Amino acid sequence: MPTSVIKPVMSAEEAVKRITAGSSIMVGGFNYGGIPYTLVEALVVSGTKDLWLISNDTAYDDVGHGRLVVNGQIRKVTASHVGLNKSTQRLFNEKKMELELVPQGTFVERIRAGGFGLGGVLTPTGVGTVHEEGKQVIEVEGKRYILELPLRADVALIRAYRADRYGNLVYFGTNRNFNPAMATAADLVIAEVDAILEIGQINPNDVVTPGILVDILVLKGDSYYASRT
Amino acid sequence: MLPVLDEEIARHRIARRVAMEFQDGDVVNLGIGIPTLVSDYIPGDIRVIFQTENGVVGAGPKPDKEDLRFIGAGGRCLKPILGGALVASDMSFGLIRGGHLDATVLGALEVDQEGNIANWWIPGKMVPGMGGAMDLVTGAKHVIVATTHCTKKGDPKILPRCTLPLTGVGVVSLVVTEYCVLRMVSGELVLEEIAPGVDLEDFKKVTPADYRVSRDLCNMKGCDQE
Repeated sequence: MPTSVIKPVMSAEEAVKRITAGSSIMVGGFNYGGIPYTLVEALVVSGTKDLWLISNDTAYDDVGHGRLVVNGQIRKVTASHVGLNKSTQRLFNEKKMELELVPQGTFVERIRAGGFGLGGVLTPTGVGTVHEEGKQVIEVEGKRYILELPLRADVALIRAYRADRYGNLVYFGTNRNFNPAMATAADLVIAEVDAILEIGQINPNDVVTPGILVDILVLKGDSYYASRT
Repeated sequence: MLPVLDEEIARHRIARRVAMEFQDGDVVNLGIGIPTLVSDYIPGDIRVIFQTENGVVGAGPKPDKEDLRFIGAGGRCLKPILGGALVASDMSFGLIRGGHLDATVLGALEVDQEGNIANWWIPGKMVPGMGGAMDLVTGAKHVIVATTHCTKKGDPKILPRCTLPLTGVGVVSLVVTEYCVLRMVSGELVLEEIAPGVDLEDFKKVTPADYRVSRDLCNMKGCDQE
């Protein structure tokens, strides 16, 4: 799509049409906080399949992007914790879905590397554990680090508090979590927000995600969690 | 025979003892389960800053009115303290991995005499994922294990060598159970405190790890407050 300084505002249904079968998607959120519920719900309705879901967790069976898993739309999950969604466990055990588990700090650093132009990161996390298996270990000044490779996605679905028409974003409470990092690491970034303000109504001092990273704005809907988070 | 304790008494005994480890100004991350109880026992004369993986520096108690926009890592609502900060996940784990946490308190499936900890996966059972545990045990200055002494089935948890997949290697600094306080000192587990009524021979039978009994062995602190 053509980039524009003034970001297009569209319905969630329209926005998620940019996600096609086989796409990789990042979805913000930690537990039930900071999930772009309205976008995820539209993606569930769309039924788009064969997706690679990159998200900290898979929420719950009936909450947020947990429903994408239950609905059989996910080919592979990359996450740090999936213990709260029984369907993720079941589909993985039945070999119907791939599962890549990553320590949470490593997960966000891999996304940051993907969005910040780095070839990877060196982390001590997981050294000497099964997580090290199959990965390159590099010694720096006598200390061992695992080389972790960048993560990027075709589309990031993120959740913020308020946007202005340029797409500048501010966050609220514990809804921030992985959303700012994901906004840097996808070819297309769709942000779900509580409100879209005129230029100048967000002070540049307060902006966390600059609008140049954001492609599409969607207003949040009124489902249970969308309206309460 | 070791004294059989009511589960609630055991959990609170462990939490009360762990809380005595902190100093004014410490930054601490509490895991789920027994570690969560630790915040109830912080002495009134010190201030501890609680950090949560999902981005709170200065987590306070559950608010009177639920607001789902402020939650802890386990999903429970909380209120950031006045003077607290809300951060994104990269900062949160930068704090964790970067040595900015004085302590992390977590549960364990197994710990061993080498200071290894296993607490995220039992092969053959479901695979929940390690979440933030591997980063926490790697980055925090003190890794405090708060756990019941044995599993629900009665199997020992403090072993010569962990059998389950590890969370971290040689990272544990303190183990607190309902029966004891074991501290890692120069690469060796030292029994510093023992709960009242626990016979050392009986204790040994449920503690297969090698440990040294401190010359200053004393009653487990806080038990007199039960």
